[in-house]
Amino acid sequence: MEMIKLTIDNKVVEVEKGTTVLKAARKIGIEIPTLCYFELKGMNIENKPGGCRICVVEIAGRKNLAPACATEVMEGMVVNTHNIRVLNARRTVLELMLSDHPTDCLVCAKAGNCELQSMAQQLGVREIPYQGEQSTYRKDTSPSIIRDVDKCIMCRRCEMMCNDIQTVGALSAVNRGFTSVVAPAFEMNLEKSPCTYCGQCVSVCPTGALTEVDHTRNIINALADPTKTVVVQTAPAVRVALGEEFGMEPGQIVTGKMAAALRQLGFKYVFDTDFAADLTIMEEGTELLGRLSKHLAGDTSVKLPILTSCCPGWVNFFEHNFPDMLDIPSTAKSPQQMFGAIAKSYFAEKIGVDRKNMVVVSIMPCLAKKYECQRDEFKVDGNPDVDFSLSTRELAHLIKQSNIDFNTLEDEDFDHPLGESTGASVIFGATGGVIEAACRTAYEVFTGKKLAKVDFTELRGLESIRQATIDFDGLPVNIGIAHGLGSARKLLEDVRAGKSKFHAIEIMACPGGCIGGGGQPYHHGDIEILKKRSAAIYQEDAGKPIRKSHENPDIAKLYAEFLGTPCGEKSHHLLHTHYFDKSEEVIIND
Amino acid sequence: MVSIKLSETKINQIKDICKSFNNEKGELINVLHKTQSTLGYLPAEVQEVVARELNTSTAHVYGVVTFYSFFTMTPKGEFPISICLGTACYVRGAEKVLDEFKRELKITVGETTPDGKFSLSCLRCVGACGLAPVVMVGDKVYGRVAPDGIKDILKDYK
Repeated sequence: MEMIKLTIDNKVVEVEKGTTVLKAARKIGIEIPTLCYFELKGMNIENKPGGCRICVVEIAGRKNLAPACATEVMEGMVVNTHNIRVLNARRTVLELMLSDHPTDCLVCAKAGNCELQSMAQQLGVREIPYQGEQSTYRKDTSPSIIRDVDKCIMCRRCEMMCNDIQTVGALSAVNRGFTSVVAPAFEMNLEKSPCTYCGQCVSVCPTGALTEVDHTRNIINALADPTKTVVVQTAPAVRVALGEEFGMEPGQIVTGKMAAALRQLGFKYVFDTDFAADLTIMEEGTELLGRLSKHLAGDTSVKLPILTSCCPGWVNFFEHNFPDMLDIPSTAKSPQQMFGAIAKSYFAEKIGVDRKNMVVVSIMPCLAKKYECQRDEFKVDGNPDVDFSLSTRELAHLIKQSNIDFNTLEDEDFDHPLGESTGASVIFGATGGVIEAACRTAYEVFTGKKLAKVDFTELRGLESIRQATIDFDGLPVNIGIAHGLGSARKLLEDVRAGKSKFHAIEIMACPGGCIGGGGQPYHHGDIEILKKRSAAIYQEDAGKPIRKSHENPDIAKLYAEFLGTPCGEKSHHLLHTHYFDKSEEVIIND
Repeated sequence: MVSIKLSETKINQIKDICKSFNNEKGELINVLHKTQSTLGYLPAEVQEVVARELNTSTAHVYGVVTFYSFFTMTPKGEFPISICLGTACYVRGAEKVLDEFKRELKITVGETTPDGKFSLSCLRCVGACGLAPVVMVGDKVYGRVAPDGIKDILKDYK
């Protein structure tokens, strides 16, 4: 590899050819500020439109300042990142940006996490000298995401995520000049667009232009209502990220503190979505084995590969983009919805509460879950199985609002019976986890033998598409894994073309799986945070006394007392769903 | 999503145009050019079909259509009127001529009259500066147009 030597702020640095000035500077500890630039290293996620011009630097011999994020190094280059010309230009760029930005920072949902606000602080902007017209646009509220494009700085990060990484294509820059905005086609509302509510646009938005629909008020109201029994469930990925909101190192496991905080908040029953994840494995695993056995017996009508269906962003994606393949995904509901269905039937009966007086709240790393719990098929006489879904960030707000000193809380346990879970359910939070959990159970059920080793490390990792063959005692089972919807699309197009050799495919909409979900604490492009959350997930699994879903005693009890058998009649009614064609309708009228 | 309400003939026309550019995403602007010259304008349904044929998102197609002022989502009138606002025409009163057209037709630039007869647009120089201010109706050029002569021009087309 050809190496290039250059000087940045009087320091000599040698980097590979093709490196940008920005990255060369970072190598020697010079942090050139950026705004539109965004990177998740090692995940092929990079945004460098060179549009915001915050990262401008002076390069000796060049007339104009150059954007460091989009300028490649050259031999002998002499770069100055903070002389008076650069500092003045950088400040002017920011002041101009701020002159067309609302100044409601005191009440903005993104306050404290806003990169524009941080930049104004960093550059010491104390007034906005430019006054003039401000662009205004209507606010667009969907079931999961709020678009407030008055706060958009046209960094195009959301557009990159939505189009290049997720291949959803809901957002694009439209119009030009002062009136340009990022919007769906024909400037329709997000709800009408092919948006999957994966929330990756929200997780990379530097400002308050894209935020989640906030339900914390609804929870406060429900908890204050004496006629309501309020039940909470927490998803696996929340416990390895929530601590970050309270200043803890990424990757801290706060399961016990979270349970204690939820109890202090006033939730009557603190349960775990992990219980429902174990239940999902029982249903989805049975379905997988059912299809596999039929396939082995020569039944050509059976649909393989089976696709996991826990991820609501992914479900939305295939309903929009693969309506011809709606019979391929597992019909198992997601753990969130399985939990809701069981809480408002089995558990409500057990404690003698009418489902109308039970409020089920879920804490999720996800924004698509907000939409999922509102879907009509998950309601009984208009009453939803899950009433509200909060993101990890919203839960942190709720805890802070209630004067709870999270860091000093003593660990507490989940309540029974919907709080018991296994290691298999915890790993649902990382890419590859659902299929690993399914393999642990399916292997033992299929072969009748005990697994010598429950860790299927070949299914783990962060590459966007992975594959492995698991030996089911002589039967090779081909597993595919994709995270990020663009990767999912590739696997699905192979399936559509009849070229897929997989028996089962796990898909998660968000890069990294739920640990990188759209509702998690903002990572601001730091891949290390995602890696630490992922490591914590597997650490939590390894520490569990039971690590296979079918060995969860409360799951066995639930089947014995209430459900009967996996994929049986009652299970089918409560725990399975169906999918809808959401692609555009074609009407031809001559 | 937008339901597609187009005649089969039109859908096939668009498909043929896309095919003539090998259904290449990168040819989007050329495809839109050709489609607009064939159909007259680029309504939402047309953009949906183009997006599908080129395997790109409708949002992206819409982004391109709204970026370039040449592309239009409203159908042009049967008799499209263009007023030259180039330097020569401008200094000789083209703006007043434009204002008079707006008043007379009750539409603004970029719009079409409800009966579909006239649409209004501006252009920069048709190379007839000696005749400034210049107005074009379809392919016909009118020179030395004065605001009070507009009614006479429109009369030719009613």
